[in-house]
Amino acid sequence: MSDQTIPGPSTVTRVARTPGTNEEPYLEVNDLHVQFPTADGLVKAVQGLSYSVPLRRTLAIVGESGSGKSVSSMAVLGLHDRRVARITGSIKVGGREVVGMSDKELEKYRGGDASMIFQDPQSSLHPYFTIGDQIMESYRAHHSVSKRQAKDRAIDMLGRVGIPNPRRRVDQYPHEFSGGMRQRAMIAMALVNDPKLLIADEPTTALDVTVQAQILDLIADLQRDFGSAVVFITHDLGVVAEVADDILVMYAGTAVEHGPVNKILGEPLHPYSWGLLESIPALTGEPAPLHPIPGSPPSLLAVPSGCPFHPRCEFKDRVPDDLCRTLKPELISRTADLGRTSRCHLKDPDKVFETDVLPRLP
Amino acid sequence: MTTDTTTAKSGVKSVPGAPLLELDNVKMHFKTKGDGMLSRGTKWVQAVDGVNLTLKPGETLGLVGESGCGKSTTARLITRLLEPTAGEIRYQGVDIAHMKERKLRPYRREIQLIFQDPYSSLNPRHTVGTIVGTALRTHDMVDKKGELARVQELLELVGLNPEHYNRYPHEFSGGQRQRIGIARALAARPKIIVADEPVSALDVSIQAQVMNLLENLRKELGIAFVFIAHDLGVVRHFCDRVAVMYLGRVVEEAPRNELYEAPQHPYTQALLSAVPDIAVVRGVPPKNRIRLVGDVPSPVDPPSGCRFRTRCWKAQDICATNDPALEEKAPSQRVACHFAEPPAESIIAEAV
Repeated sequence: MSDQTIPGPSTVTRVARTPGTNEEPYLEVNDLHVQFPTADGLVKAVQGLSYSVPLRRTLAIVGESGSGKSVSSMAVLGLHDRRVARITGSIKVGGREVVGMSDKELEKYRGGDASMIFQDPQSSLHPYFTIGDQIMESYRAHHSVSKRQAKDRAIDMLGRVGIPNPRRRVDQYPHEFSGGMRQRAMIAMALVNDPKLLIADEPTTALDVTVQAQILDLIADLQRDFGSAVVFITHDLGVVAEVADDILVMYAGTAVEHGPVNKILGEPLHPYSWGLLESIPALTGEPAPLHPIPGSPPSLLAVPSGCPFHPRCEFKDRVPDDLCRTLKPELISRTADLGRTSRCHLKDPDKVFETDVLPRLP
Repeated sequence: MTTDTTTAKSGVKSVPGAPLLELDNVKMHFKTKGDGMLSRGTKWVQAVDGVNLTLKPGETLGLVGESGCGKSTTARLITRLLEPTAGEIRYQGVDIAHMKERKLRPYRREIQLIFQDPYSSLNPRHTVGTIVGTALRTHDMVDKKGELARVQELLELVGLNPEHYNRYPHEFSGGQRQRIGIARALAARPKIIVADEPVSALDVSIQAQVMNLLENLRKELGIAFVFIAHDLGVVRHFCDRVAVMYLGRVVEEAPRNELYEAPQHPYTQALLSAVPDIAVVRGVPPKNRIRLVGDVPSPVDPPSGCRFRTRCWKAQDICATNDPALEEKAPSQRVACHFAEPPAESIIAEAV
């Protein structure tokens, strides 16, 4: 390898995402509530969340810790213990209702039609079993095939996710893989049954940037090949800008803004989205001072009244009658653009963004 | 060396005219057992292998690189939590690389560390007052009577309520805990703060708060920073100068703008090209991303010559035989590469 001369760097330019289509949604979440009764009180982790994702599209769910992004996605896969979590509302995947599914039905559904990639491949792979065994187990749970056939499938999948020498690698243990390779192996395991819905929960957060770039490419390639609907959970807006078609911004268990990626990141309408953009240092131009959101996210045991963001919002004085404190705004279109919604009482959020926020963006 | 050193009241010696901090060919090799029962002899993990860096008073030096490149080990060497296996660490011209604990103490006061994880770096059984007060007492900063007042002053300085000195770490949020860690570092009135990923465990909005705090402290108190982070945007925002590390070595070191706009080392170019940029939604054309082949080689058995050559598209025979030195390729821009040149795109951008 050392003597090999490569004339220039091999480069890729990520293709721009196609504009929205009005396809039938594959995943449909409607008025989802997830609550956990605890000794300290009721934790309202998700409060009335609704969104949908069609096949071949990627929805990014953005928010900080405790915003409910992971909790809501775990509910989509039926991963909450029903003795601890109270789940109401509706989650339809390919027309089937997930909320209230029996354990047996869930077992068939999980890993088959819907699958998940986790943040930490180190703890999501079993250290005692070979990579191959774990992928084969997932495949054989949904297909009645021989061990040999399952192994061929595992080798095939490892090759697909770009693991060199998959015939040898398939018999290795997770500790023999590097971090990026482990993440690839986990993706292979998640995709072994051709899921139509893939939930990626911070899939690149634990990885270095060069590896992250490879994994993001891989997920995009596989989505194109398999035609799946993807829900991408992350807190990194740079990643969102590159992978997502649509964004859902969550705060304290509710969606505060929803719409196409270029709109929400380019000209957002919710003060929380503004705050996020103003907190991220730019990679080009003269470094400008950051304008962080004051305070910290609320406890889900005591979510503020009215708009949950109002205690940290610098624009609440522009809304008359103390409305922000008393009335929770609806998630509706606030401008002429009907393709996007936000949850804020401001009358002219687009003008406020232009005059007050845009000039100080980093 | 004793002939031309001056000794401050604190016991810290210094050579007049020497830089604040200088790392000279510093190496840190960790011993490991060979893998398997049959392999005999010990192996050495070359975590840091010949790092040269300088830091001027009040300057901020960013240290970036991917996991395993040795940036955290470098932080531990600068703060002398580790004793290097070779090389010199000179603080104001005085080598502290192998100094014994008793003599080292005054130097420890001048170089403080902020940790990444605000959850595990504070003793859960101590109140904030005790945590910050211990730092004051250890370095004899105030007398017993003045301790509480100084603790409260420090808490206020980092944006915490001074009345909360008798609370425990678990009563604070992640961002507030990081502020406590900063207050503890400031207690000793250091000249250098080494911050090892100080904001990477925090949420975006809190991260910006802590960055603004660090920036204000730097401006007000004139403290020099060695700022370690893997987030290239954060480093760009905070640092005057940036050094890029790969497999235990510094491969490029330059003022911020030069490094980000005209990186010369292939690894720096690949690293910068891989960072997802939110600016694409604002109409900035997406950049070409350089695909690196393979993984980072093991630091137990690094490649001969240039350590990046196994993944480099420019690699020639000379790269395997001759180890490129960190040399000045442009004014104040030092690069360790036989084929260093600015990336093609930026040349085009200038021509247009």
